Amino acid sequence: MNKQITFAHSIGLGILGLICFIGLWQGLASSDIVPSVFLPSPLEVYDRFTTLLERRFAGATLPGHLAASFQRFAYGFILAALIGIPLGLLMGWYQVLDEIVSPLFDALRFVAPIAWVPFAALWFGTGIGGPIMIIFAGAFPPCVINAYRGAKFVDPRLIEAANMLGTPSHRVIREVLLPSSVPSIISGLRVSAGLGWQSLVGAELIVASAGVGYMMVQGQANVSTTTVMAGMVAIGLVGLALDSALRLIERIIQRRRGLGQ
Amino acid sequence: MGVIQFKDVGKIFGPKTTGFKALQDINLEIRDKEFVAIVGPSGCGKTTCLRMVAGFENPTSGEVLVDGTPIKRPGPNRAVVFQQFALFPWKTVYDNIDMGLRNLNIARREREERIADILNLMNLTQYAGHFPHQLSGGMQQRVAIARAYVLDPDVLLMDEPFGALDAQTRVVMQEELVRLARKNPRTVLFITHAVEEAVYLADRVAIMTRAPGRIKEVLDVASIRNAENWDSHEKIEDVMDLESFVHLRTHIWRSLREEKAAQHV
Repeated sequence: MNKQITFAHSIGLGILGLICFIGLWQGLASSDIVPSVFLPSPLEVYDRFTTLLERRFAGATLPGHLAASFQRFAYGFILAALIGIPLGLLMGWYQVLDEIVSPLFDALRFVAPIAWVPFAALWFGTGIGGPIMIIFAGAFPPCVINAYRGAKFVDPRLIEAANMLGTPSHRVIREVLLPSSVPSIISGLRVSAGLGWQSLVGAELIVASAGVGYMMVQGQANVSTTTVMAGMVAIGLVGLALDSALRLIERIIQRRRGLGQ
Repeated sequence: MGVIQFKDVGKIFGPKTTGFKALQDINLEIRDKEFVAIVGPSGCGKTTCLRMVAGFENPTSGEVLVDGTPIKRPGPNRAVVFQQFALFPWKTVYDNIDMGLRNLNIARREREERIADILNLMNLTQYAGHFPHQLSGGMQQRVAIARAYVLDPDVLLMDEPFGALDAQTRVVMQEELVRLARKNPRTVLFITHAVEEAVYLADRVAIMTRAPGRIKEVLDVASIRNAENWDSHEKIEDVMDLESFVHLRTHIWRSLREEKAAQHV
């Protein structure tokens, strides 16, 4: 790109894209090519969305479902971060651990989170453990991989400097590896939040009480495609908000360390 | 104490028979509180010599000893000043200097005093709360020198410490280092490719050959410095104008040029 795109410009272009998309969708939906039950129009979805904000469907309002989903997501995501980041850093520091864990981890991470659904149901029933496990399965790998990458790509001179100052390993990990890996870890957390939040619908297929995924499954059962779409919109919006929040945190941390702008 | 000894040191990078022969038959003894500079053509292995004293590399043959003990790993009795400073970007000047002190099991009060002293000595007091990126290159290198000096090391290892600085800053830093070294003498191993810098700073200058690096000759600068009373001149440029200085510098230049020429044969 040879021309700087200002913030206002980029917002404007984003909105333009959105308008084009909704326009196309509305055009297609109102053109009789597809019946409205197959493809509800944006207006119908918007209607359904606002209704769901106040009226209960499948036991709760949309915010109620979202809150239940978000809680599960938060548990799974935080657990993934709390285990994944230290594991990644340690793998980056201790060669032996790297050799032991990497092959196993590299194979396991290709198993889609949804594939764990039968076991989640078997082990946890309909309790909160099942969805957490599936979200964890989605969110865990990027946490490990990015913390590992951050630790591997730390400036070797900083490690040498820490070593010549007589710094013990646990302090090198905490005071050199970790801060140096922050940018990589945060971008890992962004991917991780995305994958975890995506795994949610799958996770909630096995929950019988509440959650956006559950609401959508119920919508499907009632042939209420607008409800399914309203759920999709809600998932997209929350995902966007989540990513923006993490990006904001990333920028704050960078600024506090005087890097970036 | 801080005696450095290289005994028949050789270093090969890679497999012993087919690898790159970086150093061969290095024999050098650096006395306690002596300032020795190593100069040599680029790629001659002078930095490798320093890295072996630091404990970052091990010799393939022979031994590197500090106070009679073979070096196995890095340690705070051998502080290093790197060409690229290697300050921790997320730590303030104060915390950078404190990083090594915290490993020495010293009471907080004493640490604070020592840091205050060194900050004062290096004219850094007002920058204690700054982050490295907020400082100029010269200031950053001052912090790196303070971080090394504050440990009260037996040996100070400086790997082209002023190589990344502009010419003016470089001169200021050279004068400061002389001031610091007079006030607080240490055994210093100083790597540089700048001949003038070596002659101005060092008690002895070791000239190395091209790879595989050997020590070609060791010049006693201190006796000339004392005989010709260089220290009566305050400014570096005045010292560099002295006939005895020019003579030494030219000698080293010639010696290095022979190495350069040999490289192209």
